[in-house]
Amino acid sequence: MAESDNIVVETAEKIFADLADPQTINNDKNGAWRAPLWQALSEAGLPLSWVPDDLGGSGAGLADGFALLNAAGRFAVAVPLAETMLAGWLLAQVKIASPEGEMTVVPASPKDRITLDAGALSGRARGVPFAKAAKHFAVLAHGKDGASIALIDAAKAQIESGLNVGYDHSDTVTLDKVQPITIKPAPRGFDQTTMMLMGGAARSLQIAGALESMLDISVRYSNERVAFEKKISKFQAVQHNLARLAGESAAALAAATSAADAIANARSFDDEVYLEAASAKIRCAEAAEKGGGIAHQVHGAIGFTLEHVLHRYSLRALAWRDDFGSESFWAVELGKLVARRGADELWPLVASR
Amino acid sequence: MTAALRFDPIRLPEKCEQLRKEVRAFLAEEMARGTFNPFKPNREDTDVPEFSRRVGERGWIGMTWPKKYGGQERSFLERYVVTEEMRVANAPTRRFFVADRQSGPVLLKYAPEHIKMDILPRICRGEVCFAIGMSEPNSGSDLFAAKTRATKTDGGYLINGTKIWTSSAHIADYMIAIFRTSPPTKENRRHGLTQFLVKMKQPGIQVNPIGQITGQYEFNEVVFTDFFVPDDHVLGEVDGAWKQATSELAYERSGPERFLETYYVLTELVRAVGPNPDTRSAEGIGRLVAQLHTMRRMSVSVAGMLQAGKEPVVEASIVKDIGTVWEQQLPHRVRDLAAFVEETATNRETLERQLDFAIKTAPKLTIQGGTTEVLRGIIARGLGLR
Ligand SMILES: Cc1cc2nc3c(=O)[nH]c(=O)nc-3n(C[C@H](O)[C@H](O)[C@H](O)COP(=O)(O)OP(=O)(O)OC[C@H]3O[C@@H](n4cnc5c(N)ncnc54)[C@H](O)[C@@H]3O)c2cc1C
Repeated sequence: MAESDNIVVETAEKIFADLADPQTINNDKNGAWRAPLWQALSEAGLPLSWVPDDLGGSGAGLADGFALLNAAGRFAVAVPLAETMLAGWLLAQVKIASPEGEMTVVPASPKDRITLDAGALSGRARGVPFAKAAKHFAVLAHGKDGASIALIDAAKAQIESGLNVGYDHSDTVTLDKVQPITIKPAPRGFDQTTMMLMGGAARSLQIAGALESMLDISVRYSNERVAFEKKISKFQAVQHNLARLAGESAAALAAATSAADAIANARSFDDEVYLEAASAKIRCAEAAEKGGGIAHQVHGAIGFTLEHVLHRYSLRALAWRDDFGSESFWAVELGKLVARRGADELWPLVASR
Repeated sequence: MTAALRFDPIRLPEKCEQLRKEVRAFLAEEMARGTFNPFKPNREDTDVPEFSRRVGERGWIGMTWPKKYGGQERSFLERYVVTEEMRVANAPTRRFFVADRQSGPVLLKYAPEHIKMDILPRICRGEVCFAIGMSEPNSGSDLFAAKTRATKTDGGYLINGTKIWTSSAHIADYMIAIFRTSPPTKENRRHGLTQFLVKMKQPGIQVNPIGQITGQYEFNEVVFTDFFVPDDHVLGEVDGAWKQATSELAYERSGPERFLETYYVLTELVRAVGPNPDTRSAEGIGRLVAQLHTMRRMSVSVAGMLQAGKEPVVEASIVKDIGTVWEQQLPHRVRDLAAFVEETATNRETLERQLDFAIKTAPKLTIQGGTTEVLRGIIARGLGLR
């Protein structure tokens, strides 16, 4: 797959290639691949990439972590790697050490709210990725004195299982006066929007990775499949569809890596970072729809089967659109931001870097 | 991976931001003195010689070229900033833009020294206008079907035939054109074309205007009758122009002008909806801005590749394909949303006038500089499909 000059990504790609080959996983009906994969990722310190050494993590830095998520997207990795990374990142904002094992973040949707009252957490959060698999939750809660960040034991929450479009766990978490293990006030200016932008950026990199792989396998398939005595790659209509898929994949990757770079180098989540992260989520979600559609078209019926690996990328990319704010949600918010700043500030915002 | 399509997040360096401020201040001055009106899109005045000269005085034409030819030896990224600010302001760049973008670089690469010394500094001063003579009546997408002949004669060539769709030929001082010097060979149908520098406004060339559906006058038919071109006006390899023409097109295909031609309607929509848009307008604007931002990131990235000395042919084609489809749809999406603009919006009339013009402009955007289909063919080749 894609070459890399980054040690974190190299390590991860080796593990993915050995233990998370999408075809092998797709054939494995009882999930025996999960434990060894998670163990290898944990031993390499990858799930806690965004957690500094002194808080139990590997302190890889934001940029490397984002690149890792892009690689994870290329393998359509179906363990809570992104979720644990985000949870660790959230906890690290207030110097809460990360425990071992799978984590996820609550809430995972901009419209859901967890409230803090007399030291206990309550509320309902839908579409929480991998809640069922997590041992701990990193929670962003709102109380009288503003936002707080908490670590809680997942066993204290009520969890209703659900599956997203990509067949991964996407659960409803209900907290009823749950006592946190640790809780601290969030840093000034850090709020639910910040967390959603960060989660959205993570999903953008995963979607971009999935699209890279969809392009890859679609091009390969078109060079193998013969119809009307020709490889289908020789039909101009097929070529043009693949050229459009390449465009969508390139656009997703450009938007996602740009947002990652902006976040990694920003001092705060200002309007410019907002533009980058929201745009990435919007554009990557659009690319997942358009690009995924083409990948399926090129594959014909075989790509519609459970046996074929394509759905591992296409459905997951579609599912990732929903987490941390869908593209229509972010489009409304970004549109409001642009309108508030005024017509003459639009171009300066777009051209700010 | 099949194709490593990477668009690294290139950031514009600090000195670009300084330059951007200078360009904005300059453009504001020009608007104040009445040189052009960015809100009047039905522009008859896209050729404004004094404006070109003043841009030249600032050193903003041929910015990346060697100093000895009048250039500034500045970076592609700095040039990028100037181009996008001019474009967004609807500045009248017609006279110098083609020379700056592609004719100058072609001369730099292929012209004899005395021609470079003569012409390049004049381009930099904003004094000369170039046209591109590629298309012919029966040869548009299929460049290699070009028939206009250059026949060897004493000291040069005689040209006979017709070029068409030639933008700015009516004001151009020079044209860089491809003519047929030999027939194509069996093995290589691209063989036999040669690139020439043509001095316009001479006997033997007739320029016939062609009207456009926007009401503007921009392109022409150019008829050559026994027109003489001297030997030292051959650019590059005789019979080998196809290689030169395709690398020239990389410059033509990824710049900010390839997604910003109808941008003005978006600004005016934002102005018309005001600070508290309804949900549908907000969503529409948000999506368009996200798409615009993404394309710009891709385009800046390609400028970075050019700066690094790469030839990003596939990447440039992707940016042009996505960019021109976007700028073509933009007026229609803005029209959808304009249905919800209040009757009392201060710029309602401006928005309507601009939409009218942009909707008329839209059909050409995916044709000029290579059609969508041709670009997708280039991308497909890059993917290893042909
Ligand atoms: C505003 C404007 C300015 C221009 N300025 C210049 C200029 O300054 N200099 C210049 O030389 N030219 C200029 N052009 C011409 C432009 O480059 C050509 O119009 C373009 O290359 C297409 O050629 P054509 O018009 O002959 O269309 P055709 O080549 O006849 O194409 C017609 C349709 O058929 C499709 N088609 C053709 N071949 C294929 C194929 N192999 N596979 C799939 N589809 C195909 C095309 O994509 C298109 O959709 C300008 C055009 C416009 C609109």
